[in-house]
Amino acid sequence: MNRTPTLIKTTINDSGRTLTVEPNELLLDTLRDRLGLRGAKRSCDVQVCGACTVLVDGEPVSACTYLTTETAGREVLTVEGFAEHSEFVEFERAFVKHAAVQCGFCTPGMLLTLKALRDNGELEDEASLEAGLDGSICRCTGYSAILYAAADLAAAQEETG
Amino acid sequence: MTVSEQTGSGVGNSEDRKDAGPKLRGSAEFAGDIQVPDMLHGKVLRSEVPSATIASIDTSAAEAMPGVTTVLVGADLAQSDRQFGHAIKDRPIVAHDRVRFQGEPVAAVAAVDEATAEAGVRAILVEYKELPIVATIDEALADGAPHVHDDETRPGLFHGLGSLPDRVGNICYSYGLAAGSIEGTDAEATHAVEGTYRFPAVYQYAMETHTVVADFGANEITLWASCQHPFLVRAEIADLFGLPLSAVRVIVPYLGGGFGSKSYTKMEPITAALSWKARKPVRIQNRVDESMQTSRRHGLKCWMRTTASVDGRLLGRQVRFWLDTGAYADNGPRVCATAGDAAPGPYRWQAVQVNGDCVYTNTSPAGSYRAFGAAHLTWIGESQIEELARRASLDPLELRRRNLLSPGEAVRPDGTGKPLDADLAGDVERAAAAVDWEAPKPANTGRGLAVGVLAAGAHPVSRANVRVDADGQVEVNVGTTEVGQGARTVMAQIAATELGVEVAAVTVQGADTSFTPYDRSTGASRSTTVAGLAVQRAAADARKQLLEAAAGELGVDVGELEVEAGTISATGSRSIAYPKVIAGMFGFSGGEVVGQGEVRPKPGGSGSYAEGPVFWEVCVAGAEVTVDRETGEVTVNKTATIADVGKAINPLLVERQDEGGTMQGLGNALFEEMIFADGVLTNDSLLEYRVPRVADVPAQMQGIIVENADGPGPYGAKGCGEGPQAAVPAAIATALADAGVPMTELPLTPERVWRQMQSTKEEENA
Repeated sequence: MNRTPTLIKTTINDSGRTLTVEPNELLLDTLRDRLGLRGAKRSCDVQVCGACTVLVDGEPVSACTYLTTETAGREVLTVEGFAEHSEFVEFERAFVKHAAVQCGFCTPGMLLTLKALRDNGELEDEASLEAGLDGSICRCTGYSAILYAAADLAAAQEETG
Repeated sequence: MTVSEQTGSGVGNSEDRKDAGPKLRGSAEFAGDIQVPDMLHGKVLRSEVPSATIASIDTSAAEAMPGVTTVLVGADLAQSDRQFGHAIKDRPIVAHDRVRFQGEPVAAVAAVDEATAEAGVRAILVEYKELPIVATIDEALADGAPHVHDDETRPGLFHGLGSLPDRVGNICYSYGLAAGSIEGTDAEATHAVEGTYRFPAVYQYAMETHTVVADFGANEITLWASCQHPFLVRAEIADLFGLPLSAVRVIVPYLGGGFGSKSYTKMEPITAALSWKARKPVRIQNRVDESMQTSRRHGLKCWMRTTASVDGRLLGRQVRFWLDTGAYADNGPRVCATAGDAAPGPYRWQAVQVNGDCVYTNTSPAGSYRAFGAAHLTWIGESQIEELARRASLDPLELRRRNLLSPGEAVRPDGTGKPLDADLAGDVERAAAAVDWEAPKPANTGRGLAVGVLAAGAHPVSRANVRVDADGQVEVNVGTTEVGQGARTVMAQIAATELGVEVAAVTVQGADTSFTPYDRSTGASRSTTVAGLAVQRAAADARKQLLEAAAGELGVDVGELEVEAGTISATGSRSIAYPKVIAGMFGFSGGEVVGQGEVRPKPGGSGSYAEGPVFWEVCVAGAEVTVDRETGEVTVNKTATIADVGKAINPLLVERQDEGGTMQGLGNALFEEMIFADGVLTNDSLLEYRVPRVADVPAQMQGIIVENADGPGPYGAKGCGEGPQAAVPAAIATALADAGVPMTELPLTPERVWRQMQSTKEEENA
């Protein structure tokens, strides 16, 4: 088994990074412990709950089970980076309006999952929305507020086209 | 108009959450995000066996490991009072001679990082000498059963139950209530329903696991803890380590959910002890399997019998129940008492007899979980109401109309405690209408109702300060934990309304026990009702001080003054803004006005459980389900829950609370279950323990707010959010019974439902 640390070039929140990473290093640990990006949360550790979700090349991944080496040459977006994007304001508005945030632990992963669904045009269709949010658990809200926010985001996308 | 009658812009509006910004942007700090200089990372070695003496522990390999700084074992704590527990001091910080459940902490390792600490834990060698186990309630109560505990019962600091009885065998607490003569009612009874029911242990799954950072200095301990009750944690830590209260500082960041799992003291003692030995700050962050073994809901076994007259008048109810509290009492005694209070159900009885026992077993400890007690008992009592209605050929709604208590009637059939403070009859009508009670039902579809009450509010002690700064901005200092319920927003709305300022001008901080006034706890739906009342009083006190100062300044009587938009004025006089009033008081542009407010038991009262509760939380719901006759799968089509809140300070947050409670109730009813095999938890991850996902949301999930201003809190408010967790499983169970499948065990898994349908078929064919 290769135990040698490797040097990777990756893009994290729109900035190029060069990192020396262990072959078994998990993206969640890299983000939280090495880069201080603590918006992604640790919860289930088994790729079920979605609290650690970040986007890699625009697709949601569970950072708790994703190797950092796999991000070489790719773009990682965390909630901290997403909050700097202009479209974030729409997400913020929708979540605030419907009180779709309670404890907030699932929120960063939920936002990024919804962004990916919207970018892929999967927000308007009920079945694809349900399938897309299947890996995003929220224990507080009962989900309906998040679905209302998703509907707002789908409508806003249609308007801006 | 008096201050308390005013409901200005803040109260009653669905104001935006104060904490939304940082939570959305990922900058909100939770305990696991706290960075303390020189912080080490701790991991806990947990027992592999459910019951054993520890023959030996060899920590040498772990201690020799590079990066490992400290290994803590029970023997290190021989000098201190090693047992904790707010109800019963029965729980060691680290096991010293014996382990009582699989998952019990046996040692803890501090290291430079979590992976090294984990490696250290794996290098510790423990030799167990296994003892016989009692894995279930039945085993614990059997003749000659081994005792989980054999030393003397020591009451904890906060059991709050009057006198705590001595342990009897494996029973650590008993509840009893009797009124009227069951024999007498039996003579009159035409219908009797009787059965034995079971409800499993379930896991709260707050998404943030229990996380603590402890910094044990020379003379003081600082803890950053994911705890719901910081002041009770402070007291228990001070007691354990022989320190004054002032030497223990508990700081509470945002909590990633609680639902009772973070009530009272959990991982704080072991983290503090590890920091003490390491002489450095240490963080322990549980993984999900560890948090499952830290707190769970009590499993229940219950026998119940209910009788009614020929015309559907309820007569008598007998209840015998046992709660599995696991190896340590935690909040078991209180859960037992609350279950006992919920057992009769809010009906007019001629005779009631309730007896409940809280039982030790060799499984992980059970504590608080949303609507405890009522969640356990309501579905059972309501299942019998449903069956009685069927036997009496009465509409279940009509049977409830005839028997429900009215406001002012005694909830406890022996007449003790608070009388009913809610319009339950009106509530159940609303729930029924919302699930189209009278409409024709499609095939294999049933509708059910549930009515119950939950003793809520805990101990009525909260204090608060409201500070008006020199610039007229307001800071609320209250110990309530922001656990997701929106407490900071609600507290800001109350203070804003009392002081006549915008909600945006109010800041609410989290608890820091060194600076925040005392608050008993965040749980039992008490924050808005009890802590909110303290905030209201503190804000009113600050306002009074400002008005008095302004009256002097303006040369008018206080009674002539009015406040609007942070400005005080009287008809025909000048107006004066808060900053100017404060500058006038202090002679320069500085200073502040601090209002104080508190809630205490009424004079001569102890605020005890027997006197209480602070209010009866309403648990009313309706549901419609469809059952698949081939597979036994139950689909919940509709739910309606009633938030009978007296006054909704923030209606949107009330709705969100009830939706969350509905989905947790649905999970508890349909699939959530911790499965123990001989004391070993077999489904200790989210892969095997299923919680509700978005696809589980019913097609119609409706929350209905009822405001009768009949609560003891500010503006007539009373707490919410727990009711659905008790009422929704009951409404689902009665709806399934209406569809022809009465059940006696939760969760209502397809297999269990299918088996019930087969046995009904066999009975019909026999």
